[in-house]
Amino acid sequence: MNNTEKMLDIKNLSVIYKTDLETVYAVNDVSLSLEKGATLGLVGETGAGKTTLALTLMRLLPERTGKVTNGSITFEGDSIVDLPEARMRKIRGDKIAMIFQDPMTSLNPVLTVGDQIAEALIVHNEKGLTKEQIDARVDETLTLVGIPPARKNDYPHQFSGGMRQRVVIAIALSCEPDLLIADEPTTALDVTIQAQVLMMIRDLRDRLGTSMIMITHDLGIVAQTCDNVAVMYAGEIIEVGTAEDIFTKSVHHPYTDGLFASLPNLKSKTARLQPIAGLMPDPTNLPKGCKFAPRCTKCMDICKEVPPEVFTDGTHSIRCHLYCQGKED
Amino acid sequence: MTENNAPARSAIDLLNDGEDINFKRPSQVKEILRRLKKNKGAMIGLFLLIFIILVVILADVIATYEVGVVQIPDNRLAHMSAEHPLGCDSYGRDVLSRLVHGARNSLLVAVAASISSCLFGCTLGAIAGYFGGKVDMLIMRALDIFMSIPDLLFTMVVVAALGSSIPVLIIAMTLAYFTNYVRLVRSGVLNLVDQEYVEAARAGGSSSARIIISHIIPNTLGIILVNVTLNVSSLVIYQSTLSFIGLSLPAPAPEWGSMLASARVDMLRAPLLVLFPALAIILTAFSVNLLGDGLRDAMDPRLRN
Amino acid sequence: MHRYIIKRLLFLIPTVLGVTLIIFFVMNVTPGNPGRMILGPNATAAEVEAMNEELGYNNPVIVRWFNYLKGIVTEGDFGQSYTTKLNVFDELWPRFLITLRLAILVLLLSVCIGVPLGILSAVKQNSLMDTIPTMIAFFLAAVPSFVVGILLMYVFALKLNWFPSFGLKSTRHYVLPVIAATICELSAYLRFTKSSMLESIRQDYVRTARAKGVAERTVIWKHALKNALLPVVTSIGMRFGCLLAGMVTTEQLFSIPGVGSLIVQSISTKDEPMVIGCAVMVSICFTLLMIGVDLVYAFIDPRIRAKYSKRR
Repeated sequence: MNNTEKMLDIKNLSVIYKTDLETVYAVNDVSLSLEKGATLGLVGETGAGKTTLALTLMRLLPERTGKVTNGSITFEGDSIVDLPEARMRKIRGDKIAMIFQDPMTSLNPVLTVGDQIAEALIVHNEKGLTKEQIDARVDETLTLVGIPPARKNDYPHQFSGGMRQRVVIAIALSCEPDLLIADEPTTALDVTIQAQVLMMIRDLRDRLGTSMIMITHDLGIVAQTCDNVAVMYAGEIIEVGTAEDIFTKSVHHPYTDGLFASLPNLKSKTARLQPIAGLMPDPTNLPKGCKFAPRCTKCMDICKEVPPEVFTDGTHSIRCHLYCQGKED
Repeated sequence: MTENNAPARSAIDLLNDGEDINFKRPSQVKEILRRLKKNKGAMIGLFLLIFIILVVILADVIATYEVGVVQIPDNRLAHMSAEHPLGCDSYGRDVLSRLVHGARNSLLVAVAASISSCLFGCTLGAIAGYFGGKVDMLIMRALDIFMSIPDLLFTMVVVAALGSSIPVLIIAMTLAYFTNYVRLVRSGVLNLVDQEYVEAARAGGSSSARIIISHIIPNTLGIILVNVTLNVSSLVIYQSTLSFIGLSLPAPAPEWGSMLASARVDMLRAPLLVLFPALAIILTAFSVNLLGDGLRDAMDPRLRN
Repeated sequence: MHRYIIKRLLFLIPTVLGVTLIIFFVMNVTPGNPGRMILGPNATAAEVEAMNEELGYNNPVIVRWFNYLKGIVTEGDFGQSYTTKLNVFDELWPRFLITLRLAILVLLLSVCIGVPLGILSAVKQNSLMDTIPTMIAFFLAAVPSFVVGILLMYVFALKLNWFPSFGLKSTRHYVLPVIAATICELSAYLRFTKSSMLESIRQDYVRTARAKGVAERTVIWKHALKNALLPVVTSIGMRFGCLLAGMVTTEQLFSIPGVGSLIVQSISTKDEPMVIGCAVMVSICFTLLMIGVDLVYAFIDPRIRAKYSKRR
């Protein structure tokens, strides 16, 4: 892989939330990269640090509590962590855009949806578009996401959940970003609408050639949309590879195995779904060895004491003692 | 004033984007107490409050009730002395005695009214929210009408009708403060009634009252507790207001508000007579506010972020 | 929109009915003896009885309530004072206006200072612009307004002699009472504006706006503020009602002939028609104000506006 192809490169990133009373270790030593036009799936349970990672990329962490303690993020040659706020604002919404999780709360209730879409265009109006041109662009974007442009003067409460999510997507797409971060774009929607919205996002990505990070806890969505997959647990990337590596190879991190075992399988007969026993570790007080050790069925003595190294096989990396040890044998 | 109705939250919520999730964590009550202990303001408030409660308990040891109510003309505006540590008022009554016995009246009425308004309001709110429909409409409409009478005005009317005594004051102040709880509990119940575990409890054959008490009340308990605490402070002020305008306990009962009202006549000659009861009111209300605020922060630390 | 206004105005009717009924009922929990009050201790029992009969006092509460309402609706008659024998409305109205004028002054000052301070301290959270006003407001929450009034009176009227300490004859007379009532009122406005603003800044749609690359200033003024003002408007309405009644301490302290001191005076003389008249008057004023608040609300919030404009 050539470094110049990477549009986004995250190296050893750590993020904490610190209040007077406690420190949450949300993202721990994460390294990831994304090529132009590719889609990365970021998978993990709620609370694994996926949204935190996304907000860090946008530099939208809560000002007083969220802090990047280590690492770097390079996006199209700019270091996101150190960029002055004014430059960062130019990137936000224009180069990197984000689709938020909950369409019911992500739209401002007292502004029309047209105004909310136009806002990003007005803020990033470098081409000097006229009012009419911006208006036309709003109509175009609305049509793109399947909403009649006539509805742009309506307020968010006049739309259903699925339609609102389309508006949120329209806001994100209005400036044709280079990188689109979709943070569980379908979790808040009904199952039937989920498929529609997902298909739409995929089509738009293909049509506009946007790179994408798809954050989800649904492996089905990953299989349908992503080129690469990263599995996150307790703030760490525990396994990363191409979609093929994750879905077809037999060597996996025990947590990834657990995720697959907890899915229903239509092809083979499954007697009973296997949930992963136990709870996520307390993020203010993470285990000192492998973070997954307390819940791992294949836990060894070393797992409780020493954080595992990354085992790499081509494009496929796993952070687990099982494979590092196998190498030594 | 209920500024935020959020349940217990922590820095962890920042990670989860506000979603509920189970981590392996110490129990909620322990967690809240731990945060409360770390809050300096709340601890100062608690300390002051314990001091005030001790004064109330030991009132008779500190100064007898009689010297505070019996008028001795020779002692008019007497200066501080061993016999009268804080001097005497314009009727020759011992100020220290009036102050400590006034504390007893103030706190008794405020705490009792705060608790009874909570019980009354919560019951009404639970009934309205749980039964819904016509019952809810009737209660809420009546409440709307009731709330069009300003609190203080209604309290004055009650006192005018029933005369002034400790039970009447408690009733009048209960009626002035219960409305918040009705809305609070009603909306809490409305939010929870649809949730699955209440469905499950109902399907399991639990009675309505049982469901309310065992499922719904504990869920709003945190906010209610903060409200009860903070209301004690505003009730202390409320009662001193009534007493200042002469509608609280009849003379010569010692009360901070009436002490102020009578002291202001001789303010130029004896400004300290105004200072003592004023400080007593402020200190009491302030320490309760400190504790209540700390309690709210401990339950919802996001407010302080 | 018209529908909404009419609907809200119609709510005035059950409110006035309810308010008078509640007050009538409470005033009659214990039986009084107005005949004795009016005629004094020297009148004979028969004379007292005749007086009670004449006043209609021997009728059941409901009947008297009905007659009272009939008097208000048909002749604008709020009854006759037991003590002064004058028409209640004539005596009440000028005093009510005084209280109203004071309360409006206090309201304007508190809103104009308290709300911007609240917004500022939320926006500049944890800076000096936040901590100092917040700490002062927190302290003032524990101070009754009459204590502030006494302090101001002591310093500026008695010691320095800059302002008069009682009455309401000139503009100078207004200064101390208005400031005394404003200081505590203002701190309450600061507190609820700040908490509403903080709540609003924390909402997802504010994050959406930031994610668009919108400048922080626009995020605050365009996205957060409008939403934050909704609860503030309601709180202002609610507090104004309390303020109208709460002016009583200021009136008592500065010897101002307002409606509050009239009630206190009427209570001590057991002048029932006067108490009821004052209470009804203040409550009606409060209800009208809340209707105004609802209309402002509908103006700001498209969710409410849309609910009523559709059916037009």
